[in-house]
Amino acid sequence: MAEQRIPPSGSEAIGRIPPSGSEAVGRIPVAKTYKLFIGGTFPRSESGRSYAATRRNGDFLANAAQASRKDVRDAVVAARKAQPGWAAATAYNRGQVLYRVAEMMELRRPQFVGEVAAADGLDIETAVHVVDETVDRWVWYAGWADKIAQVAGSSNPVAGPYFNFTVPEPTGVVAVIAPQDSSLLGLVSVIAPAIVSGNAVVVVAAQERPLAAITLAEALATSDVPGGVVNILTGVTAELAPVLAAHMDVNAIDLAGAPGEMVPALERSAADNVKRVVRPDGTDWAASPTPDRMLALVEAKTVWHPVGI
Amino acid sequence: MNEWTYEPAPESRDIVTLRSSYGLFVNGEFVDGTGGAFKTVNPATEEVLAEVTQAGTEDVERAVVAARHAFDEVWGPMPGKERAKYLYRIARLIQERSRELAVLETMDNGKPIRESRDVDVPLVAAHFFHYAGWADKLEWAGYGPAPRPLGVAGQIIPWNFPLLMAAWKLAPALAAGNTCVLKPAETTPLSALLLADILQQADLPPGVVNIVTGAGETGRALVAHPGVDKLAFTGSTEVGKEIMRAVAGRRVKLTLELGGKAANVIFDDAPIDQAVEGVVNGIFFNQGHVCCAGSRLLVQESVADAVTERLKRRLQSLRLGDPLDKNTDIGAINSAEQLAKITELAKSGAGEGAAQWQPECALPERGYWFPPTVFTGVSQSHRIAREEIFGPVLSVLTFRTPDEAVEKANNTPYGLSAGVWTDKGSRILWMAQRLRAGVVWANTFNRFDPASPFGGYKESGFGREGGRHGLEPYLAAAGAAEVTGG
Amino acid sequence: MTTVAVTPADLDAAAASDVSLRRFLHGLPGVDQVGAEARAGMLATRSIKRGAKLWALDMALRMTDLTTLEGADTPGKVRALCSKAMRPDAVDPEVPSVAAVCVYPDLVPTAVESLAGSGVRVASVATSFPSGRASRAVRLADVAEAVSAGAHEVDMVIDRGAFLAGRYAQVLSDVVAVKEQCGNAHLKVILETGELRTLDNVRRAAWLSMVGGADFIKTSTGKVAPASTPAVVLVMLEAVRDYAEATDSLVGVKAAGGIRTAKDAIRYLVLVNETAGQRWLTPDLFRFGASSLVNDLLMQRTKQRTGSYSGPDYFTVD
Repeated sequence: MAEQRIPPSGSEAIGRIPPSGSEAVGRIPVAKTYKLFIGGTFPRSESGRSYAATRRNGDFLANAAQASRKDVRDAVVAARKAQPGWAAATAYNRGQVLYRVAEMMELRRPQFVGEVAAADGLDIETAVHVVDETVDRWVWYAGWADKIAQVAGSSNPVAGPYFNFTVPEPTGVVAVIAPQDSSLLGLVSVIAPAIVSGNAVVVVAAQERPLAAITLAEALATSDVPGGVVNILTGVTAELAPVLAAHMDVNAIDLAGAPGEMVPALERSAADNVKRVVRPDGTDWAASPTPDRMLALVEAKTVWHPVGI
Repeated sequence: MNEWTYEPAPESRDIVTLRSSYGLFVNGEFVDGTGGAFKTVNPATEEVLAEVTQAGTEDVERAVVAARHAFDEVWGPMPGKERAKYLYRIARLIQERSRELAVLETMDNGKPIRESRDVDVPLVAAHFFHYAGWADKLEWAGYGPAPRPLGVAGQIIPWNFPLLMAAWKLAPALAAGNTCVLKPAETTPLSALLLADILQQADLPPGVVNIVTGAGETGRALVAHPGVDKLAFTGSTEVGKEIMRAVAGRRVKLTLELGGKAANVIFDDAPIDQAVEGVVNGIFFNQGHVCCAGSRLLVQESVADAVTERLKRRLQSLRLGDPLDKNTDIGAINSAEQLAKITELAKSGAGEGAAQWQPECALPERGYWFPPTVFTGVSQSHRIAREEIFGPVLSVLTFRTPDEAVEKANNTPYGLSAGVWTDKGSRILWMAQRLRAGVVWANTFNRFDPASPFGGYKESGFGREGGRHGLEPYLAAAGAAEVTGG
Repeated sequence: MTTVAVTPADLDAAAASDVSLRRFLHGLPGVDQVGAEARAGMLATRSIKRGAKLWALDMALRMTDLTTLEGADTPGKVRALCSKAMRPDAVDPEVPSVAAVCVYPDLVPTAVESLAGSGVRVASVATSFPSGRASRAVRLADVAEAVSAGAHEVDMVIDRGAFLAGRYAQVLSDVVAVKEQCGNAHLKVILETGELRTLDNVRRAAWLSMVGGADFIKTSTGKVAPASTPAVVLVMLEAVRDYAEATDSLVGVKAAGGIRTAKDAIRYLVLVNETAGQRWLTPDLFRFGASSLVNDLLMQRTKQRTGSYSGPDYFTVD
């Protein structure tokens, strides 16, 4: 069944098949416009800019919106607005929402396979595997939602008549510079661990491979992820990342996809409001994930209360 | 006599033997340094206590090299159960020499002997005791099956709890198998140097702990040193940011415990007498030189006058004076510089229209002193409601509903601690969930324990000290994402 | 925050019924046990030296209700206790007398006779002490006997059963009735805090007693453990302080039971000093109910004056 849904070539899913001679009289496919994903809606960049996304070989795939500083600003506002409600949802609920994302992706496998193959330069078989891994990653993180607190929390035996416990809480708004080399699996590998605990994210998609990120946004928009919990910007990393790193209403930044030469400056900017920084560390996105990324984006809160009558 | 006045009850300082000058503690020995010397004074008397060596860049280099050598050759390879025994031994020696440590701490810092004796030093011993037990159980701490130490830890600590902060830094680092280069604050180096003496008594292998005294330059040299694998800093947010910038792009794991502007929230159904005690303890403990001090009192408007009256009455019984007197509640401000800062901020409070109140309270003629101070009629926009004063100055604000209390409490770039006082259990948990702070004290304040994680949200820093969580900053889990915080 | 806004008129209104009393007493601010104990524990670290200690030792002596409340009490025992009360230290006439001698009603005449002209007062427990489990008529007769025999002070017990069952009006009217029966004698109301268990109850019972007209509120009979504890006395001191603020009437506090050492006594004086305030540091407003305490106060007093530690053989046992 699954195999049947997979298109014969990546290009078809992208929907930009140049009419060839024999097909000239055939149906002209309807091409998709790729926009930004902010606050649950799909605006164009306020700057009116776009840029060409291509295959690895340089062939044109589609135009992606080229987000601006102001789009970053809007995305952070949307994330900040959505975050408390998302964090206040029960862990069970967040788990179901993440699982729902997996369901929505599963339905769109052909489209993702096409985009991943095109963007990452993979053969179809590999692309299928990557998409499957991506769907499974959502499932893996979905299960974490109601387990983080038990793994990262504790009750602490203090030397006095107090009940003392520690619970992990989301850090808040997390900026994510998505991996540049893995347009979908890498992307989901940095979004899911951030939002599962109740953070909201503003993601800068892989600069040269942005299309899968927007298709993911379409899956997110049709699952039950509240608007603003995930915001995805496509554009020039060197333009957007510094704005996020310096933004005073962003609590943490995951530099997974930040080019090495940009990292020191981004970290320096992050210091302006003591952001938590997840450094690029050459993670193999295809490998089984560990809880570390998730745990790096939570705060431990410790509560004391006297025990008396 | 008709009035009962407590006579002076000074703790004897004879138990402390001060040297006229102190070297650096490097590779298990006290050594001379290259950076000259500075004087450390008793802030209660302005008496010079000793000359202390200013560690220069070369001295920091020597210390890091010694720490690296000890890590590679001795401490790193040593089985955890043997490291544990050293830490237990240190804990015991601290207990044995607790009086001496407390008196010295009070002399160098200005804090009341009651606090150094009953709070600081017992917690120091407890901290070593707690982490001693972790040294041979790291694989069960939840940081992967084979957690590794990071290597050499550079640790920079503040002057408000000099010995306690040294313990908070050293104990988990050593338990995890790291070696340390510790830089005490320049106004309070002596207790760390006495601790060095204890480490010698414990026969801790040379180089496992090195202590470099000095001011900001020494700290900067330590931060800049490429041989340091981990940096831990407790101090001001301003310096914390400087350190973050300095290590940007470097493979140094960083944890920061920075400033705070905690709200202490009192509801109309609070256990009022204990709440007033909690407010007093929250802001006047250690002269308010506490990063998690409850410096903003948020009180429900319907009881604001009642609480303020009780608070003022209570403050009149606070005893300010000789820190070595066993009955002193409020000691000296740690330095002339800090006193100037507190004075300036208090002036701004009055200037911005808040009403200043101080109990009748004679200040000693010599030394650095500031009376307990309460500002009422404070609004969120006043500097005294926003900036960390780090002194015995309380700002009183009011709120009407729980939502407003949360909104005001969280309306700060800081997020270290918060307090909430109410008899209603569900409201405590509701508040605790919403307060953006690393420590929430409900119906209590300023409690500390080695098993209890401590650390901040937002600009109060990242990383936790205490308990299982306190190991994470000193361990590299196999395959872990490298993060500066978390 | 009833205690702060409370007025005498509020107290009158509160006294009207169980419902109004409940509303009032449960409207008092709660007491956090751990916080109260921590505060009392901190005050226990006060270091009282030299002159301040001598003052405290003498004051503690002057505040002591020297007590014997045994089934085996006899006139002889009471007479001996009275001698001790008047002149605690056989060899040092400078030592002040204690505040009172506290006995059962049937021994009041003996005490009155022995103490005549000394200034030491006679206190009598009454109201079917220690349980109070008798009809009001019997309890009032008990009081009447003590008062008519010349007791200057009457120590009654509240009906803890009624209190714990929420029958506050009954407890209140008991206190009012006993107060009336006392005439000019001072009324100390024993809360028996060891049976009330919680500090919230201690605060409520303290207010209930004060509204009923207590001149003193007293912790314990000495027959129930725990008797007086620093945290309980702290809460009672807060109550008399707040009551004074509301009504301008000063009510005393008596810590009774389990106080055996000078060190303990001085700690209570520190509690008084730093909670209710200096104003309460008088035998008119603070008492110790104790027996063995006196000799330890004397031993410490001697130590302070001579510099050498004394021993029990040098102080009379009565």
